[in-house]
Amino acid sequence: MTDKTIQHPPSTTGRPIIEVIGMHKWYGDFHVLADINLKVQEKERIVICGPSGSGKSTLIRCINRLEEHQRGQIIVDGIELTNDIKNIEKVRAEVGMVFQHFNLFPHLTIIENLALGPIWVRKTPKKKAEETAMMYLEKVKIAEQAKKYPGQLSGGQQQRVAIARSLCMSPRVMLFDEPTSALDPEMIKEVLDVMIDLAEEGMTMLVVSHEMGFAKRVADRVLFMDEGQIVEENNPHDFFDNPQHERTRLFLSQIL
Amino acid sequence: MNPQDSTATREYLKPPVTEVGVIGWVRQNLFNSLFNSILTLLALYGLYMTVPPLFKWAFVDSLWFSNAEACRDIEGACWSIIPENARFIFFGFFPEDQQWRSFTAMILLFSLVFYTQSRRNWNRALFPIWTCGLVVMGWLMHGGLGLPVVETSKWSGLPLTLMLSLFGMVGAYPLGILLALGRRSKLPAIKSLCVIYIELIRGVPLISMLFMSSIMFPLFLPEGINIDKVLRAQVAIILFTAAYIAEVVRGGLQAIPKGQYEAADSLGLNYSQAMRKVILPQALKIVIPPTVGILISAFKDTSLVVIIALYDVLKTTKVTLSNPQWMGFSSEAYLSLALLYFIFCYAMSSYSRKLEKALHTGH
Repeated sequence: MTDKTIQHPPSTTGRPIIEVIGMHKWYGDFHVLADINLKVQEKERIVICGPSGSGKSTLIRCINRLEEHQRGQIIVDGIELTNDIKNIEKVRAEVGMVFQHFNLFPHLTIIENLALGPIWVRKTPKKKAEETAMMYLEKVKIAEQAKKYPGQLSGGQQQRVAIARSLCMSPRVMLFDEPTSALDPEMIKEVLDVMIDLAEEGMTMLVVSHEMGFAKRVADRVLFMDEGQIVEENNPHDFFDNPQHERTRLFLSQIL
Repeated sequence: MNPQDSTATREYLKPPVTEVGVIGWVRQNLFNSLFNSILTLLALYGLYMTVPPLFKWAFVDSLWFSNAEACRDIEGACWSIIPENARFIFFGFFPEDQQWRSFTAMILLFSLVFYTQSRRNWNRALFPIWTCGLVVMGWLMHGGLGLPVVETSKWSGLPLTLMLSLFGMVGAYPLGILLALGRRSKLPAIKSLCVIYIELIRGVPLISMLFMSSIMFPLFLPEGINIDKVLRAQVAIILFTAAYIAEVVRGGLQAIPKGQYEAADSLGLNYSQAMRKVILPQALKIVIPPTVGILISAFKDTSLVVIIALYDVLKTTKVTLSNPQWMGFSSEAYLSLALLYFIFCYAMSSYSRKLEKALHTGH
């Protein structure tokens, strides 16, 4: 695949990197996700939106098994997620995750946060891991903070570090769980800029977000979820200008 | 942001000057109302009545290095009981000509602790250093390989107290962590085993554990097999302290936000890596104050081994006091001993404060 520009849709041939087939999930008696079917091709960028409680975070948390699903299949990079812990760890090493609240490790410096995964999971030598870490810190424009602790950084800086931490594992897919929702308005842009750069480099991304500007600019597909189901799925142009479902229209009218 | 960094020009004022200086402080803190003034005066009177006589007893009329006879003629304190009996109080029944071994072992113990307390030395070398130190200490205390053997029943005094408590702590801490992790395990068998262990041990006084180890336990052993009494007491202390450590550590684990577990998991770290590198370093740091509380009380509780006829430093002092020559100087002896215990406990608690400060990373 040589396609690097944003406008061209990624190829739909070949094996999808993420495949969700007829997946259901319950919290106790509550049916959170119902019959989810989703195929994600390599280098595809998907934005998932929907009202709160619609199950969008739960969906992407199922993809790296932070949540268990009860029925259906989830196959990531050819590995089906089951109770097999070794398989789960393998999948998690290939799937980066960025959280709403950053979840940096407060007892480690920034550079140690970044090098932890490569050193212990990938068995990279410490020196090499730290070099890679510095490279990614430069990429998210925060290299001068390498020796500081997360508590000394602003929210936007912490979230950029969190993105760099995931990138250090050279993941094949990146999941973003509302990465800008906990940030002050002036810090949202610095995080989105990093994410846009990433998209332009061809990273496969699943982003739960209400940043519609971001969705319009980088998404190949936008999914709208409501009450645990994927209600509408379309390219951003049609999704925003010509939504098919009443619920999508209502949602868009409230947030735009 | 620092005021200096800001480009906006505005004045930064000093806080208003209120009453400052010594007189201000005294007025504000000691005589700020009629009731407080009365309390202050009463307290001053109380101090006047007690401190000078105490000072006179302890320092003016006292004897520090004399024999027992000289002490009979004075009104003050007879501190001489400690230096005169130092050998027996500190080393007990350890053979006199071999005493240097016990002494050297203690110096070695202190050196190890001193070496370990510096965070710069926390690395892989620590484990072999401790192993070597322990082997040498064991050899010095027990003998063999050219040194005459000293049975553990002769180990007594301060080395016994220090060894029981230090190895009690060193053994109980990791065991407690394992128990805490076990109690949070998803596997029902492991979880219930840990719960039963912790609750059983916490429901029993240390004295009964020591009794069990010294009287009941040997009954279950096959004929001819004998486990050393000091070792049994040591194990009882470790098992007992570990149950308390476990609950404190569990509290620390619960205080770690779920996001930390998820972030560690999502990097692909396995359970043991996530615990060692992410969760435990944070959880153990949070629970430093209560952990040190438990370790301090474990240190003091080692004096209970007296009931199974081990002669720790408290018991050797008591034995000294039963010597007719030195009878009646128990205040002096116990005060000195209290000071000894205080020095060790205070060292522990001030070290823990230092450690807390050093590990603080601004979150």
